[in-house]
Amino acid sequence: MSMTIEKLKEIREETLKRMNLRGLPSDKPNAPYRWSVAICMETSCMSSKSREIKQRLLELIERDGKTDEIEVVGTGCFGLCEAGPIVIVRPGDTFYYHLDVEDIDRIYESHLLDGEPVKDLIYPESITEDGYLSYFDIPFMAHQERIALRSSGHIDPEDIREYIAFGGYEALYKALIEMTPDEVIDVITESGLRGRGGGGFLAGRKWRATQVSPGDEKFIICNADEGDPGAFMDRSILEGDPHSVIEAMAIAGYAIGSDQGYVYVRAEYPIAVERLENAIGQANDLGLLGENIFGTDFSFDLEIRLGAGAFVCGETTALTASIEGRRGTPRSRPPYSADKGLWGKPTMINNVETFANIPYILLNGPEAFKKIGTEKSPGTKVFALSGKIKNVGLVEIPMGTTLRQVVEEIGGGIPNGKAFKAVQTGGPSGGCIGPEHLDTPIDFDSLTEIGSMMGSGGMIIMDEDNCAVDVARFYMDFIADESCGKCTPCREGTKRMLEILIDITEGRGDETSIPRLERLARTTELASLCALGQTSANPILSTLKTFRDEYEAHIKEKRCPAGVCKALTNYFITDKCIGCGLCARNCPVSCIKGERKELHVIDTDQCIKCGLCYNKCPVKAIVKK
Amino acid sequence: MIKLTINGQTVTAEDGMSILDAALAHGIEIPALCHDPDLKPESSCRLCLVEVDGRPWPRVACGTPVKDGMVVETNTPEIRATRREILQLLLDNHPNDCLTCQKAGECLLQKYAYEYGVTFRTHNGARRGGEKARFTDTSSPYILRDESKCILCGKCVSTCAELNERSVLSFAGRGFETKVAADRDETLEASTCVSCSRCVAVCPVGALIDRRVREKKIRPWEADRQTIQCKACEYGCEYEVLKKGDERVIRPLSPSGGRPLCLKGRLFVEAEVSSDLRTPYKKEETEKGRKFVRTTWIEALELDGILDRITCNETDSGK
Repeated sequence: MSMTIEKLKEIREETLKRMNLRGLPSDKPNAPYRWSVAICMETSCMSSKSREIKQRLLELIERDGKTDEIEVVGTGCFGLCEAGPIVIVRPGDTFYYHLDVEDIDRIYESHLLDGEPVKDLIYPESITEDGYLSYFDIPFMAHQERIALRSSGHIDPEDIREYIAFGGYEALYKALIEMTPDEVIDVITESGLRGRGGGGFLAGRKWRATQVSPGDEKFIICNADEGDPGAFMDRSILEGDPHSVIEAMAIAGYAIGSDQGYVYVRAEYPIAVERLENAIGQANDLGLLGENIFGTDFSFDLEIRLGAGAFVCGETTALTASIEGRRGTPRSRPPYSADKGLWGKPTMINNVETFANIPYILLNGPEAFKKIGTEKSPGTKVFALSGKIKNVGLVEIPMGTTLRQVVEEIGGGIPNGKAFKAVQTGGPSGGCIGPEHLDTPIDFDSLTEIGSMMGSGGMIIMDEDNCAVDVARFYMDFIADESCGKCTPCREGTKRMLEILIDITEGRGDETSIPRLERLARTTELASLCALGQTSANPILSTLKTFRDEYEAHIKEKRCPAGVCKALTNYFITDKCIGCGLCARNCPVSCIKGERKELHVIDTDQCIKCGLCYNKCPVKAIVKK
Repeated sequence: MIKLTINGQTVTAEDGMSILDAALAHGIEIPALCHDPDLKPESSCRLCLVEVDGRPWPRVACGTPVKDGMVVETNTPEIRATRREILQLLLDNHPNDCLTCQKAGECLLQKYAYEYGVTFRTHNGARRGGEKARFTDTSSPYILRDESKCILCGKCVSTCAELNERSVLSFAGRGFETKVAADRDETLEASTCVSCSRCVAVCPVGALIDRRVREKKIRPWEADRQTIQCKACEYGCEYEVLKKGDERVIRPLSPSGGRPLCLKGRLFVEAEVSSDLRTPYKKEETEKGRKFVRTTWIEALELDGILDRITCNETDSGK
């Protein structure tokens, strides 16, 4: 069918009527529903049975014939993944967390039928003296501002009508009907939007370069090959709001003169792929993709290409090689993708989150966007907060928010009373930021300045129990494994750096270890072909900078201060021991001896350092040295 | 034409030329292991790094086009130090076999190691392709492979892929475990390799060796060398005759200028100039896969029909 603005508005009005409870910013037409139950349908919540919860609730509603009163919506991510599976009951945005399938019966009967929320299932921090805080008012949501995730949690990502109800595809209409391609690019340029995939390159400049590059055929690619350990921002956007990316790609197609787009997404993201396929199908059916969109000359098709999971395929030239069916290895630039990209044609590649910002910028204008964030890094950034932090999940914060605000206020601090040690940003290309930099405002340039980088948005918190050398070893292991093997410095250098780090963690480090690491780091940085190799040593360099003493303890004293490196750690029982025998009973190699009610002893030669006794001891009598 | 400065010397170059080619054209040598004037730049060995316009980040000379007014330094202490490190990384993974290596004397790795004063293995880590030098594939009567010496420059893969119908070699695995594989990592015999020896001709180290030269134990520096052209077809691929005492053996030279190289041509040249004719082999498809089988020179050179006719003709005319 062909789409017109009238039809778009009609769909919007129609759909809005049934979305009366979904926290819409403005108009609230008359309510058909008494309750709206949003259940998170993202990979993380689904892995803890949110689909079964939804199914059960639907059965209950069906059984009692309440389908006209209660709506059940599977939505995108709310953010606080740690609390999953998450169910939000509206009105009120009451926040139920960590639910089992059986719990939904109680919520149904008490909250939905009797209007009495089930207190013991409600997220404790949202409980106040006089009621319950809305999900969006809990401490975790403080400081957050949602642009890329604006519709996640509100709409059903499998229903294009709900996206339209939230203003979806109006930006595309505005671009096609009211703006010239040049004007679209001007707006993107003025907004100062920088690529959210890692490099932070100005999106407008990229669009312009591809637009002016001569060629009768051009391509738009969405890079959804998210691969940093602990990063899942792009997956979440694709699962929670796939149309925002589709709409943005069509806008980009119009701006640079392309009628074909590809989304390159990891095959390991089956739900994202499924939702994207479904969304592309719906957009085609409504004429929002395909021929003569909104009756104009502009046509745009979108296809999905699955990546096999090689980290390096997130690098643009490796990504295009992979789409072309070749081995996914980077090539030397120039030529740049804007001149010779996919199949040698001018190609514009942005990542998922970058695209997700585009419709907002077009509808609200560059000024509104620039009001958020910092001068050189306007807007927001989505981070995947994980590691030793209370609130694990996705957060979207204005640029310029400090690391401390993220860790202490949004993240809720370090669990179990442990001390903060470092925050790792930028994935394997980034670095570890120590406590001295906690007040650094987060933006592209400040993170680079302190030896890390923004990267795609992984943020892993470490506490005193993490060993800096072991952390560097972990990332180097990842990089050495993911190096494509094409260029000498990365292929050989990452392997050697890894070997040296393993030597250090296993007690074989010597006085040459650190100088050799530094030399190899310098060589891979200067001489590698692509950014993967060039930045591969960052985890080493940044930990060396802040935690050099820890490296030296491993090398000189053969000691791991955090008690992580097994070869350098021994377990001992102190005289706090009450002789309960719990440790001996749990020891898998039976190397703990002792009479009842007397001090026990660990045979350190037999000990495999599994740590079970350490964790089991009721009086914390066991120490690591 | 473009004017640029290389090591203080003003040189001219054509638009689109790489720094490496512009330098070479003026006799300025920049070390490179993966570069071949007939192949697209891979920029994988990273040895040709040069300083451009005084910037701290070096660029690869093979993959950077010249620009008017560009100032290039090819031999600063920093650049040399980085090259030394790269060579060390390669040698940390290379067997100490120069004494018995067929490639000695014309091995590029040996040449640059000498020039940059880099010695064997300083790092006692993992090895790729085996601890010691050893021919890892001896299935072909024409080509020997030693993966322990492969530096993964990719020239063999590129040159093999230049001819669509060949495209036998490719990279397999990734990272440190990357290797060059024939088809689905098969032996040269079992693969679709046609024994044209393009790969052997471009290999900068001793990873791909001409078996028949090796068996004669002639290394290039001790031989009289002469380039001749194959007469089997109009391409006229180049071969080198290595002469030592009474022994003469031939080897294919780089397939430059679009020349394909082929087994038939090689055997043609061999029949023409080799001091002794060693049994030719041809590949046959059998039930157990591809096999090299002995053949006759007449069959190998596809002369049977012609020979019959000539013999008949000459008998008929009474000569």
